[in-house]
Amino acid sequence: MSIGHTLLALLESGPRHGYDLKRAFDARFGHDRPLHYGQVYATMSRLLKNGLVEVDGIEHGDGPERKRYAITDAGITDVGRWLAEPEKPEPYLQSVLYTKVVVALLTGRDADSLLDAQRTEHLRLMRELTRRKVSGDLADQLICDHALFHLEADLRWLEITAARLDQLAETVRP
Amino acid sequence: MSRSPAAPAGSLLAAAGLHKAYGPTTALAGADFSVHPGEVVAVMGPSGSGKSTLLHCLAGIVRPDAGTVRYGARDLPSLSDAERSAVRRTEFGFVFQFGQLVPELTCLENVALPLRLNGVKRKAAEQEALHRLEQLEVADARGQRPGEMSGGQSQRVAVARALVTTPRVIFADEPTGALDSLNGERVMRLLTEAARDTRAAVVLVTHEARVAAYADREVVVRDGRARDMAGVGLS
Repeated sequence: MSIGHTLLALLESGPRHGYDLKRAFDARFGHDRPLHYGQVYATMSRLLKNGLVEVDGIEHGDGPERKRYAITDAGITDVGRWLAEPEKPEPYLQSVLYTKVVVALLTGRDADSLLDAQRTEHLRLMRELTRRKVSGDLADQLICDHALFHLEADLRWLEITAARLDQLAETVRP
Repeated sequence: MSRSPAAPAGSLLAAAGLHKAYGPTTALAGADFSVHPGEVVAVMGPSGSGKSTLLHCLAGIVRPDAGTVRYGARDLPSLSDAERSAVRRTEFGFVFQFGQLVPELTCLENVALPLRLNGVKRKAAEQEALHRLEQLEVADARGQRPGEMSGGQSQRVAVARALVTTPRVIFADEPTGALDSLNGERVMRLLTEAARDTRAAVVLVTHEARVAAYADREVVVRDGRARDMAGVGLS
């Protein structure tokens, strides 16, 4: 995820302090991984340096001074460019699962058991995500669905590979 | 007659050593299975592995060539056709992929039908049916006939009908197979919630992992044998 672009986009509705930005980010996108304050301030420094945000005001309180950031025109353009550019689809051609299956076959280990164990682990996680989805709000549902569809794709691959294991064994064994 | 093996402790329905062949084709080759009250078990496996035959044997629809199916104190294959039919009608509920509603009846009448067949008076049957339709979020369609509803609505009505007798076991064979993702998810959420509310066990045959993920555990049928995946781990 591009934290910089996301923070920039959050500023489009109006200037905010770093702390407010972190809270807004965590509420919408931080589900399992809330941002660290350090990440926020490092990102804002970079955006400031690149002219994508500007300091809109500084508050002096009891604690350290608090900067309020505002997005610049260049920042708005940058968010627009980021949204318009499609993400590169992940080709998944360097699959650890595939490597493990081949290594198991090459070394005479039980590839069937490996696939079964992986399948069980995938389904365990899918059950966990499904429980979270059923009891969650729309954001939870969409985030869990994204993960569930990817896990399901893995599972299909595991099933097809299990069905073709004998064939694969013939090609990899010396 | 040989004594059947003891069912796993606390199980509501338990099968052991099931064999079933259709002519030269072996569908089940020594399958074991058990489910506890309130538990949802997904039965998965490749096409032709014997999943549906296992479900039909467990539900007393098909008599296995060998093996036992203990339901409480009874062994289902040993019962007469009439006795098995009575168990199915009063204690089991069924949801299939499609085509299970009577086209001439309204939704309300379809859902009330199992109660009417069990001798419940019309008013009481329809009152209970309406409650189930509400639970399945499809009460608005109570006066419609199956041909006038969407696939998702029809399937929720079918689930309501399966639940109306408060069955102890619900058998669901690819219940979302004809639905899109959103409707399938909705059916699964409502089916599993309703089953857990009443502590009914669910035997869910599916080839979709996202549907199986609504279950508490998974059994995989391969070559006519059922394997409980709970014990499979990354060791």
